[in-house]
Amino acid sequence: MRYRVAVAVAAVLLTACGSSGENSSASPSATPLSGTVSVFAAASLTEAFNALGTSFQGANSGVTMKFNFAGTPTLVTQIEQGAPVDVFASADTTNMDKLTGDGFTAGTPQVFARNKLEIVVASGNPKGITGLADLAKSGVIYITEGPTVPAGKYALQALKMAGVTVTPKSLETDVKSVVGKIELGEADAGIVYTTDVTAAGNKVQGVPVPDADNVIATYPIVAVKATANAAAANAFVAYVLSAAGQAKLQSFGFLSAS
Amino acid sequence: MRRERVPIVALVPAAIGAAFFIVPLIGLIVRSPWADAVAALTAPETLEALKLSLIASLSATAVALVLGVPMAWIYARVAFPGRDLLRALTTLPMVLPPVVGGIALLLAFGRRGLMGAWLATTFGITFPFTTAGVVMAETFVAMPFLILTVEAGLRSMDRRYEEAARALGANRWTVFTRVTLPLIGPSLFAGAVLCWARALGEFGATITFAGNFPGVTQTMPLAVYLLLETNHNASFILSLVLLLISLVVLVGLRDRWLGSA
Repeated sequence: MRYRVAVAVAAVLLTACGSSGENSSASPSATPLSGTVSVFAAASLTEAFNALGTSFQGANSGVTMKFNFAGTPTLVTQIEQGAPVDVFASADTTNMDKLTGDGFTAGTPQVFARNKLEIVVASGNPKGITGLADLAKSGVIYITEGPTVPAGKYALQALKMAGVTVTPKSLETDVKSVVGKIELGEADAGIVYTTDVTAAGNKVQGVPVPDADNVIATYPIVAVKATANAAAANAFVAYVLSAAGQAKLQSFGFLSAS
Repeated sequence: MRRERVPIVALVPAAIGAAFFIVPLIGLIVRSPWADAVAALTAPETLEALKLSLIASLSATAVALVLGVPMAWIYARVAFPGRDLLRALTTLPMVLPPVVGGIALLLAFGRRGLMGAWLATTFGITFPFTTAGVVMAETFVAMPFLILTVEAGLRSMDRRYEEAARALGANRWTVFTRVTLPLIGPSLFAGAVLCWARALGEFGATITFAGNFPGVTQTMPLAVYLLLETNHNASFILSLVLLLISLVVLVGLRDRWLGSA
């Protein structure tokens, strides 16, 4: 029974933080936060969340941020198998709903960012890829993420809308390994998020996917029920949702939450 | 034989150590959905991964035998400068993290790799994302087990049989095939089985170098890892299959060749 009360309190705290999130920033709260906040976040959030973590830590010197970036379904599995985690940021609502449905989250997940798909190719675009249809050209090595990885699922939807049938050469476990294989030159093209193309710098370049075929990825965030540091976890969630956090996310190419 | 009384300072840590190995095995057995075992094992994706794993690991063992036995023979019989260094380099994958091996393979045999770029432009051959790439990754990681086992066999055999055969007029090839190979048969078999078991379990180098696609590069360990995210039950059952194979290999080798009393 005490457990339920604690969860309810945590949920109330989270909602409170969430609603006041618009105005709050990385500024320290009344009672200084401390301890470690372990964040499990989708691989596409790597660069943006590392930056968010640094500024959150800068404003809350007692807090140590720890990040685990991987494909969203990998993170869900790890959390459900009891990994020590305080905050979960997903690259889709399906995986978030699964975690919520299985009772691992505290409070209601909140959407904090959106993202669009883009084709990633080597710099200089040696294969002359101009759109989704070119992925099916012979001689083009196309790779993508597995269908349970949000980006892989979105890529399938985009290809379907564009009426393109193409068999990938590999189903990678997350967006970053797709970008990595393009960088290494092992594959010619992949579908990732626009933010991944931006983050990879000049080693790769992007080919836009037209809005008609594009899929908007929705990123929800939530504190995890098993957290041992609810105060700091909720504060980090609030910071991500705050104006300062949103500005930082958009500087990495993410679209605003709404 | 007098039985030694086990002192408590040895018994407690030994028991904890043993439990550390045995409890995970029990966990796998207890948590496995036995009711779904047949369905999970006969699912098309399972059979595909199983078939690919068998083909790739047996091919890797064949390659390891063809290349590794001559290597072992040279290490055991020919003294040349830098032999120890060469042996260390060629058995490095035994201790190297497999994912590092995969990256190294990419840099050597990938489409832009040292040799791979030449192979791709000259012959149009590329290894990543192919079953051949899986075989290469598995051979890279598993062949050292065969080399070292066969070398140990060659070093411990009685060379007077070879000398006798030579004295009776047999040429070196005849001596090798009719005398040496039969004498080191047990080591050869043990090395091949160890190599095969290691190849069958290969994960890191495979997913890094060859990628992951059902029926082409998705071997059993890759399927186990990825199924954990979508279908726990199938993942547990496939794990059990791999566990069973490992157990059979170990018990088989122990009783016959690894010298249990």
